[in-house]
Amino acid sequence: MPLIKAINVEYTYQNNDSPVKAVDGISMEINDGEFIAVLGRNGSGKSTFARMLNALILPDGGNIIVLGMDSSIEENVWNIRKNVGMIFQNPDNQIVGTTVIEDVAFGPENLGVEPAEIKKRALSALDEIGILKLKERAPHLLSGGQKQKVAIAGVLAMKPRCIILDESTSMLDPVGRHEVLETIQALNKIEKISIIHITHHMEEACLADRVLIVDDGKLVAQGTPVEVFSDVDGVQSLGLDVPQVTKLMYELKKLGLVDDNKIISVDAAAERLGSLIG
Amino acid sequence: MKGSPLEKKALDDISLEISSGEFIALIGHTGSGKSTLVQHLNGLLKVDEGEITVAGMKTKGKALKELRKKVGIVFQYPEHQLFEETVYKDIEFGLLKQGIEEKERHKKICETASILEINDEILYKSPYEISGGQKRRAAIAGILVLEPEILVLDEPAAGLDPSGTRELFDIVTTLYKEKNITVILVSHSMELVADYAARIIVMSEGKIHSDGTPAEIFMQGAELERIGLGIPEITKLMNALKKYNKDIKQDIFSVDEALKEIIRLMGRGK
Repeated sequence: MPLIKAINVEYTYQNNDSPVKAVDGISMEINDGEFIAVLGRNGSGKSTFARMLNALILPDGGNIIVLGMDSSIEENVWNIRKNVGMIFQNPDNQIVGTTVIEDVAFGPENLGVEPAEIKKRALSALDEIGILKLKERAPHLLSGGQKQKVAIAGVLAMKPRCIILDESTSMLDPVGRHEVLETIQALNKIEKISIIHITHHMEEACLADRVLIVDDGKLVAQGTPVEVFSDVDGVQSLGLDVPQVTKLMYELKKLGLVDDNKIISVDAAAERLGSLIG
Repeated sequence: MKGSPLEKKALDDISLEISSGEFIALIGHTGSGKSTLVQHLNGLLKVDEGEITVAGMKTKGKALKELRKKVGIVFQYPEHQLFEETVYKDIEFGLLKQGIEEKERHKKICETASILEINDEILYKSPYEISGGQKRRAAIAGILVLEPEILVLDEPAAGLDPSGTRELFDIVTTLYKEKNITVILVSHSMELVADYAARIIVMSEGKIHSDGTPAEIFMQGAELERIGLGIPEITKLMNALKKYNKDIKQDIFSVDEALKEIIRLMGRGK
């Protein structure tokens, strides 16, 4: 059974007199343990789609099925949110506690977990994310990257099967971004938690098992990062970009100097080009 | 938080000159002091020690109004500061405060809107009805309409998609060239900085770490990483290729330059 299944989902915003169809018939499956990156220009519908995956909003058409539970049935909603956690863009908008540990305890507390168990879970989540030493600190005085890690620990304490990050790295500096990416990669590899990472940064998408591109409410491309990014013209026509090395290989291929441009990492590009220029 | 145990020197003995008409990028990790520095430029913050002179005016002086006319600062996520009923009125706000007549206001608003590619339909919409990228441009228009001589942009592309980012930077570049304004850009994206700025100032721990052309700055890759920054991906590739061919140029930070260099080396090998 797939972890999450979207069946022809649609969502329309009622914007005064002119309705806007933000999601227009997306079908896809997310498997247990997968790391997925979702790309798409501003307004493409990718965040709306993501919000349907943990029943923050319900589709107007089609169905979202999480672990066999349909999000349109009200009794399922809590259980879906417990299994699919979400981290938002602005680290300052998701702090509720006055100390880090209180903040992390908020989620399990809301799920009605026993107090002793809450503490255990909060401590273990903080330990897992590597911020146990921050447990008594005031969250608003932490760095952006640390705040996002606290938010991730808060979701982790609910023992989810999947974590969605909705542009959660976009307000962070390179150091903060690196911290968050390392954290989610570790959760994915070690805990086998599925990750859905929505981002505008192509180099972050390159870390995923699978990349999805959403445009105008539709799923327009998907595949491994190499497959998706090697279609340079296609990706650029969707308002997105490809890694600089992929662009370089693509230009060399157009000139007939290399055979293919299926390369997304600096190391792979160096290896390929090294023999040609040596 | 002066006088408290949390007191921290955000800027520490900085000396710096920026000439009129420069396009400068200010880089540094969070907490390096770059935002603090920027807020000194129009007197939002005032120095404890030392002196800052902008366009001949001391920022510690009384002429704050004059100073702020000359220095426009676009903060991070400027769209959070949109508040009027329509985009038009929002752009108009600063002009109203300056007591400019209606006809003149209208002319300036239309001019600015056209530079930022804000069409009439959007101009009369509520800021809450337009897309993220449009909101960003509307907010920037509110600053540009005041015709600052120095434009400071703090992470102007954060959260924008790649094409929105390029569009915005191309607009800024056009402004810089046509209106001859001075641009100071705060950014975390080394690729963008390398593509657009002529001079880069690197800040670390409240001090100026280095100051030079993109070539000079990005030549010190390991050092930049040590202070929490990086170099463009394409420059990393050039570094990695050095072990295959010692002649390879290292001062490369755009795909086009890299392409030329690789073609040059391939041709010579044959």
